[in-house]
Amino acid sequence: MNHRHDRQPQPQAIDEDVATHVYLCTGCPLGCRLEVDAVDDEVVEVRGFNCRKGDRYGRQEHLDPRRPLSTTIWIEGAAIRRVPVRTAEPVPRDQLVAVVEALRGLRIAAPVKRGEVVVADVLGTGIDVIVTRELPAVGQRDHLTTGQDPPASEA
Amino acid sequence: MPITGQLRHLEADYDVAIVGAGPAGMAAALGARARGAERILLVDRDAEPGGILLQCIHSGFGLHAFDEEITGPEYAQRYLEQVLEHDIDVLTDAYVMDVGPGGRMKLMSPTVGVTGLDARSVVLAMGARERTRGAIRIPGDRPSGVMTAGLAQRMVNLDGYLPGRRAAILGSGDIGLIMARRLRLEGVEVVGVFELLPHPSGLMRNVVQCLDDLDIPLHLSTTVVGIHGRDRLERVTVAPVDDGREPILERSWDVDVDTLLLSIGLIPDAELARELGALFDPVTGGPVVSGTMETTIPGVFAAGNVVHVNDLADWVSREARVAGEWAAALATGARRPDEDVRLVPGDNVAYVVPHTISRDGTHTVSFRVKRPIHGPTMLRIGEVHRRKVRAVVPAEMVTLQLAPRMLEGWSGAVLRIDAVPAEAVVR
Amino acid sequence: MAPSRCHDVIVIGGGVVGITLARELSRYHLDVVVLESDAEVGFGVSKANSGIIHSGIHADPATLKGALEWPGNEGWLRLRDDLGFGFAQVGELLVALSAEELGTIEHLHARGERKGIPGLQRWDAARVRAHQPNLSRDVIAALWAPTAGVVNPYEAVLLIADNAAANGVEIATEQPVTAIEPAHRGEPDGPLVVHTPTRTLATRYLVNAAGLRADEVARMAGVGTFTITGRKGEEYLLDKRLAGLVTSVIFPCPTPTSKGTLVTPTFDGTIMVGPTAEATDDKDDTATTPEGAQAVFAAAKRLVPAISERDVIAEFAGVRAVADSDDFVLGATGRRGFVNAAGIQSPGLTAAPAIADHIIEVLRDEGLELRERSDWRPRAEHPVRFSVLSTREQAELAASEPGFAQLVCRCELVTEAEIVDAIERGARTLDGVKFRTRAGMGRCQGGFCTWRCLELLARCRGIPMTEVTKRGGTSWLVRDRDDVDAAPSGGS
Repeated sequence: MNHRHDRQPQPQAIDEDVATHVYLCTGCPLGCRLEVDAVDDEVVEVRGFNCRKGDRYGRQEHLDPRRPLSTTIWIEGAAIRRVPVRTAEPVPRDQLVAVVEALRGLRIAAPVKRGEVVVADVLGTGIDVIVTRELPAVGQRDHLTTGQDPPASEA
Repeated sequence: MPITGQLRHLEADYDVAIVGAGPAGMAAALGARARGAERILLVDRDAEPGGILLQCIHSGFGLHAFDEEITGPEYAQRYLEQVLEHDIDVLTDAYVMDVGPGGRMKLMSPTVGVTGLDARSVVLAMGARERTRGAIRIPGDRPSGVMTAGLAQRMVNLDGYLPGRRAAILGSGDIGLIMARRLRLEGVEVVGVFELLPHPSGLMRNVVQCLDDLDIPLHLSTTVVGIHGRDRLERVTVAPVDDGREPILERSWDVDVDTLLLSIGLIPDAELARELGALFDPVTGGPVVSGTMETTIPGVFAAGNVVHVNDLADWVSREARVAGEWAAALATGARRPDEDVRLVPGDNVAYVVPHTISRDGTHTVSFRVKRPIHGPTMLRIGEVHRRKVRAVVPAEMVTLQLAPRMLEGWSGAVLRIDAVPAEAVVR
Repeated sequence: MAPSRCHDVIVIGGGVVGITLARELSRYHLDVVVLESDAEVGFGVSKANSGIIHSGIHADPATLKGALEWPGNEGWLRLRDDLGFGFAQVGELLVALSAEELGTIEHLHARGERKGIPGLQRWDAARVRAHQPNLSRDVIAALWAPTAGVVNPYEAVLLIADNAAANGVEIATEQPVTAIEPAHRGEPDGPLVVHTPTRTLATRYLVNAAGLRADEVARMAGVGTFTITGRKGEEYLLDKRLAGLVTSVIFPCPTPTSKGTLVTPTFDGTIMVGPTAEATDDKDDTATTPEGAQAVFAAAKRLVPAISERDVIAEFAGVRAVADSDDFVLGATGRRGFVNAAGIQSPGLTAAPAIADHIIEVLRDEGLELRERSDWRPRAEHPVRFSVLSTREQAELAASEPGFAQLVCRCELVTEAEIVDAIERGARTLDGVKFRTRAGMGRCQGGFCTWRCLELLARCRGIPMTEVTKRGGTSWLVRDRDDVDAAPSGGS
């Protein structure tokens, strides 16, 4: 039962358990205002979208909203003090703050490679936290160097 | 300390020299190599290549370039790995002081000193800089704690410092929205984002994911009208604005903050082009470019945010690849195409890049609309092409492909680009 | 509990007056200390003004302001010759926009000639237009005074301070004076002891050049005979694009309270408009206001119609110290050894060298022995300004010292070596680095170089980033994360 839009009045049994939730679709610049009717965890209907992406987004957003999460952690022995990391997959929206909290105070040491796992299965989500850039140890040569001398380290 | 090591010997001349090693410069270098340039130099002012991508730790990059959503550092590194594979000279910690009309370049770096070299073609890929407080004239004191969102992003993401404890953000550009979330996640209280316009300046997705998700209020049609604090920022005065964007001071209120981030727009960082005497587009603030991304100075190309502020790094790289390819082609003896078609902004279009094109090439035409259209929109390139899209907003750049066949049988000299409600278009 | 060492002269206040006086005192065999309450010298109104060395025609010669204006102008030429800061005699045009104002011009012309100011000329409209084509068509005549000049006031103050320090003057910053008392009870004419939160110093002579706080300082010494109020002046700096719009200082005819809003080229060629002249109860109120901007631009457009608010790239305000007598308060007081150099309102910058000379004579009269030193060095060693060097000079410098090949501020082309030098010369804050080197003053307004300057300040001064400030006090720039205890040891 895929409604193309919400113009047709939907004869519906009066059900006091149906609650309407509103989400803003992020699929395109249109930014459709989605109305999601749901009974507990079951979506009854999504209205207000102009394409199928909107319907899907409304359901996902209601049942299991997830977000990509990026942050940084301390790194020892590199040219910068923080190394960027991200969750390998989007995490549940209500876990965003908790995941960042879990990484607070964490410190790793250079060198690190892109994709290296720093925390596996963070907070039992089944999702790993990975490094998003390579950082050599200061003064150390690594596979990305162009073959010149390593730079003389400054103070 | 760059992961590329330090280049210690410059050649006396290069086929293509590229200023700036961000998403534009690296893509230009690869384009130049693909088109047969032998000696390619990529110069960057920072300690390592990557440009602003390195501090953009959030995801949202690569959907077009790599068909995968990745973060800024990952995007930079994927390009950098290719740059190094292709044996391109990379000079970091270096600053190009001057580019002469014949491709004579003066630069400085601790490893090579102040020196000159000759480049057959030059690609300007310096990106953009942030507008500062001076640009919008907020009256009041001049305490510390008022800074661009990009500077805050740098100190938080690269260096592990916080700009303050309680922040307001002026401007809902993407950097401002992203920093609102970033600061909030790092424990800084973010009291709100204030936007002069009646609609957000950044992408809808960022409004939802950076503000709504974290209950950070967005105040539209509101601006900062006063800054208070002798040493450190203590509070700002904000006020709603009327239809003419003039603040309604009687309705102003004060917000206690120690930090005000400015996300009030970017300006192409195109001084080198200006000093060369290149023609500029007053709307983009960048140089006028042809379909090959050449400026009005022969042999000097430009691409990415130095030409016009893009919304996605992917578009920057795509555009810069074209610049790199043509820079190489001209440096190795190819003929400059005949560009006798002008592209000009029409209804509801702020600007169009490139400014001229040839009739026989395939071109990506980029533009931004002036006002949002929340519904079916017709995009028109003169009489030769039209495409219907769901909606357009100023925050999202629009791109269209213009192929030679579309121009077959058309003999005009000017193509007007329009973006109008679809129902207004008479078929 | 008086300190054992007794200085000869302590100057309270490291603004242009105190610093210029200290340098003059350094010619003699004297032990001189300058106490500045701010983080650096010149951080008050000395750096927040129009930067004009007046021709000498403006103030009534019956006042100290009028008596010292023209000698001050001549003093700046000598300082420039010694120290080589940016000072150019671009001349001024005082313009009449109405028939009544012709009378004012004539009056100032005659008075200026009586003062001995050379080169004064009355110009008709055609001559004015030929000289300054962008002036309003409503200008009907003008008084031309070629002796007016423009100076980089902060650069001047810093070079004068550097030279004073090189000649042995101690310049102590962040030293707000909290109390003054006789060194020995029962010796009301004897040495004085000066207290700050961190130091106690004894001195035989004390000069009160404390600017906006000079009335408080005088009260501490028991000679509070005057009060100081603030008069705020807002200034607006326009984009470099407009350089050349006017090439001389353009004055309207004066009003009883003010010389009026003027349009001037700065020494660097950009255009500045201002100041306002608003009484303010808050001596720390350096905020710019919408009303101030409106007043400045309305007045400036009457002189130069092409000027627009849209071209502003920076704005600031300075608070001038106005004594209740509305004149400078200079000279000896009821306390022997305590000398005022106070109430330095406009034309204070112009008059500063003459004020210094005047105060030295007062000190001599008070009994200070002035024996000239044979080893006094009038010339300052100049900081290198990389951006103005030839390519060959730049290349040689860069080859000898890699810091000169590492760019920090690209808008003004300032190198790392110049920043480090500025810090070694005494820059302690971000603003100090900026005013000494111009880093951060260009069109990107520090967007690119702020962080690098911050890192260099922390590294060279050996302090954590969190202790670096914009201009002292609580103007901190960054905070630590709350998990900073896990931060890597080496730093960046």
